[in-house]
Amino acid sequence: MTTGSLTAGRARFRLPRRQIPVLATLVLLLVMYGIGVSQYQAFSNVQVIFNVFIDNGFLLVVAVGMTFVILTGGIDLSVGSVVAMTAMVSASLLQQGLPAALVLVIALLIGPTLGLLMGCAIHFFEIQPFIVTLAGMFFARGMCTFISGSSIPITDGFWTRMSQERIGDPRGNFVSISVLVAFVVVAVAAYTLAYTRLGRNVYAIGGNPQSALLMGLPLGRTRIAVYTISGLCSAIGGILLSFYTLSGAPLIAVGMELDVIAAVVIGGTVLTGGSGYVFGTVLGVLVLGVIQTLITFDGSLNSWWTKIVIGGLLFAFILLQRLIGIRYK
Amino acid sequence: MTDNRPVVTMTGISKSFLGVRALHDVNFRLFPGEVHALMGENGAGKSTLIKVLTGVYDTDEGAITLDGQPVSFTGPMQATAAGVSTVFQEVNLCTNLSVAENIFIGREPRRLGAVRWGEVRRRARTLLARLDLDLDVSAPLGSYSLAIQQMVAIARAIDIQARVLILDEPTSSLDAVEVAQLFRIMRQLRDEGIAILFVTHFLDQVYEIADRITVLRNGGLVGEYATAELPQLSLVEKMIGKELDVLEGIEERSRRNLAVLEEGTPLVAVSDFGRAGSVEPFSLTIHAGEVVGLAGLLGSGRTEVARLLFGADRTDGGQVAVDGTPSSLRTPAQAIGHGVGFCSENRRAEGIVADLSVRENMILAMQAARGWLRPIPRRRQDELVDKYIKALNIRPSDPEVPVRNLSGGNQQKVLLARWLITEPRLLILDEPTRGIDIGAKTEIQKLVTQLSDGGMAVLFISAELEEVLRLSHKVAVMRDRQMVAQLANDDGLDADRVMQTIASGSHREEADR
Repeated sequence: MTTGSLTAGRARFRLPRRQIPVLATLVLLLVMYGIGVSQYQAFSNVQVIFNVFIDNGFLLVVAVGMTFVILTGGIDLSVGSVVAMTAMVSASLLQQGLPAALVLVIALLIGPTLGLLMGCAIHFFEIQPFIVTLAGMFFARGMCTFISGSSIPITDGFWTRMSQERIGDPRGNFVSISVLVAFVVVAVAAYTLAYTRLGRNVYAIGGNPQSALLMGLPLGRTRIAVYTISGLCSAIGGILLSFYTLSGAPLIAVGMELDVIAAVVIGGTVLTGGSGYVFGTVLGVLVLGVIQTLITFDGSLNSWWTKIVIGGLLFAFILLQRLIGIRYK
Repeated sequence: MTDNRPVVTMTGISKSFLGVRALHDVNFRLFPGEVHALMGENGAGKSTLIKVLTGVYDTDEGAITLDGQPVSFTGPMQATAAGVSTVFQEVNLCTNLSVAENIFIGREPRRLGAVRWGEVRRRARTLLARLDLDLDVSAPLGSYSLAIQQMVAIARAIDIQARVLILDEPTSSLDAVEVAQLFRIMRQLRDEGIAILFVTHFLDQVYEIADRITVLRNGGLVGEYATAELPQLSLVEKMIGKELDVLEGIEERSRRNLAVLEEGTPLVAVSDFGRAGSVEPFSLTIHAGEVVGLAGLLGSGRTEVARLLFGADRTDGGQVAVDGTPSSLRTPAQAIGHGVGFCSENRRAEGIVADLSVRENMILAMQAARGWLRPIPRRRQDELVDKYIKALNIRPSDPEVPVRNLSGGNQQKVLLARWLITEPRLLILDEPTRGIDIGAKTEIQKLVTQLSDGGMAVLFISAELEEVLRLSHKVAVMRDRQMVAQLANDDGLDADRVMQTIASGSHREEADR
């Protein structure tokens, strides 16, 4: 008993279980891409992939913020409205002639501020994130129409340059500035989650908040931080969307929070928290984008098929998570 | 045990919650390099004492010293920082994180704000090697058994330079091999000079590992003993206590002969009922008009037996016959259909609906039995409720008062009334007298006797032996999740013999059948 090391307790599973959902998403993505390539010749063009990024850059940024929130076991329903509000505020301020730099700063402050307030409400008053961020959602959407009942075009020079700038390779494939911004956000987020105390605390709290508290981790600070991060990501997403559309419209990005949640979950982040990766979220957004592209290429299918497929996939992935979760016990 | 000065002393500790005394003038000493068992039945004040020590609660009176210095922790974090670490029964780690991370999270070695994962893993391996554990430190904690998780929790605790390690019921969900592993680590830490405070309900474990024992009862200190000088039987006596018979007013249990009672077909006969990890298979017969007592220490499987009989947990196998007809008790609905009623031990959480009125609480079970589509007429409700308020002497007698405003004893009576209204044939009472005053206790005991005289069968579960002996015709003894004996409650049976059975687990053959 004194010499024999403990062997009975060897890890029961050698498979990287936490990576299974991400791997499943990767396989799914490759299969879908394979279908596209085999069906449509033009699909193999690299620009098709680049376009998926260009069209979904803002979604990706917002989904990264949502990943933080869902990793703690929370949810943020306000993101779509905050995206719209950020775009509206930018368009409105630019219309009034404020300099682009100042507008950027203001627009980037609104989202995190709202996120901070929601985080505080969730933590200090112990209110369900669902209901707090639902309130945030209505508030931000209401602010959009308060600013203007109709769409405001953006004619600012900086904005148009950002919108039209193409960063390409010699063969003519290109991405927009938004894609680069999204990549930077993804990289910073992945680093934060993997290598900083804040990031590790996010996982710990998502795994077991009670334990995290008893281990002396700053529960409240971390919770508030993730909603602030989500707010910041929504604000960046809003700016990127206004680059993309060159306008602010009160009813843009309605229901986007649900797409974002779907992308995060399909990307393998568990809704109950504690397990998931930013890389998975990137894959999740790509899956959504590739579905849209496939349906566009087909041409005969109604765009509602996107929703139907996403619905099916979401259900399949939640089932998968549940199965893994049950066996995890 | 070394002859050093104690690392922890607690002197004259008192603590009350809303007027209920949880600890009264308790002294406690913990020496470096010893395993010290804190023993006592439920409600004895063990967990309160630990929470006072670790700063979860503050004291009303009394002083705590650590290394001779007076301390007063404001919370577990501060206690941990001062070297007093607690590992709870529930492993308080995050199963989704890796083993290494669970040990170091919050204190990870970093460079420029970035966690140095290589260093984290290396240090975790070193630390676990010290505990003679060979684990894959990058595997998620959840992939290891509960026992290993517990040891990882200990590793985390001792890495913070703990000098005092509090293990609060660490073994309650471990099997024998795992317990042995845990004890090996505990001995090793003890030999390194760490003081270990060990709480458990398993007597054998205490005698295997503990150097000294402190016994609490009803919030008071019974004494501090060297394990070697305290036989098991005396320990059980000290924990349960021979209550002075303040209940003299009560009539003796009806002395109907067990042999007569047990003539004919049993009301309920189960054989080989059991549930893995909860209670070993047992057989039991209960006849109409019979009171069967269930004795045993906390955690011995008393409540588990009751839950199986009520169908609240499903038995793994075995047969059941009701009135001699093969039947099944797989769900509470089936049990209720057979006329079984169950007053649960945990009346706050499982029984009473605090915001509903006395009347509403009383008719709940009857309404459930009738189905929700057939409401009980209000007049009938009032009749029944009035009858039982009078019969059980419930105060205040206003049926429309929310139950939360009643005292514990009266709440218990409301709960009893709820089942009595359904006129059960077998009533299971799990700790019906716990935490209620003597008067109410007497009334409930009287009631049990009356009911059984009226032909109702009762399974009576209580930690208080005197009470079990006073009421039961037959006593089934539980020990370590096994029904070790069934003793006829004739003149030859007394508390000493039941305690002996609890302590030794010997199967006495004088039992009935």
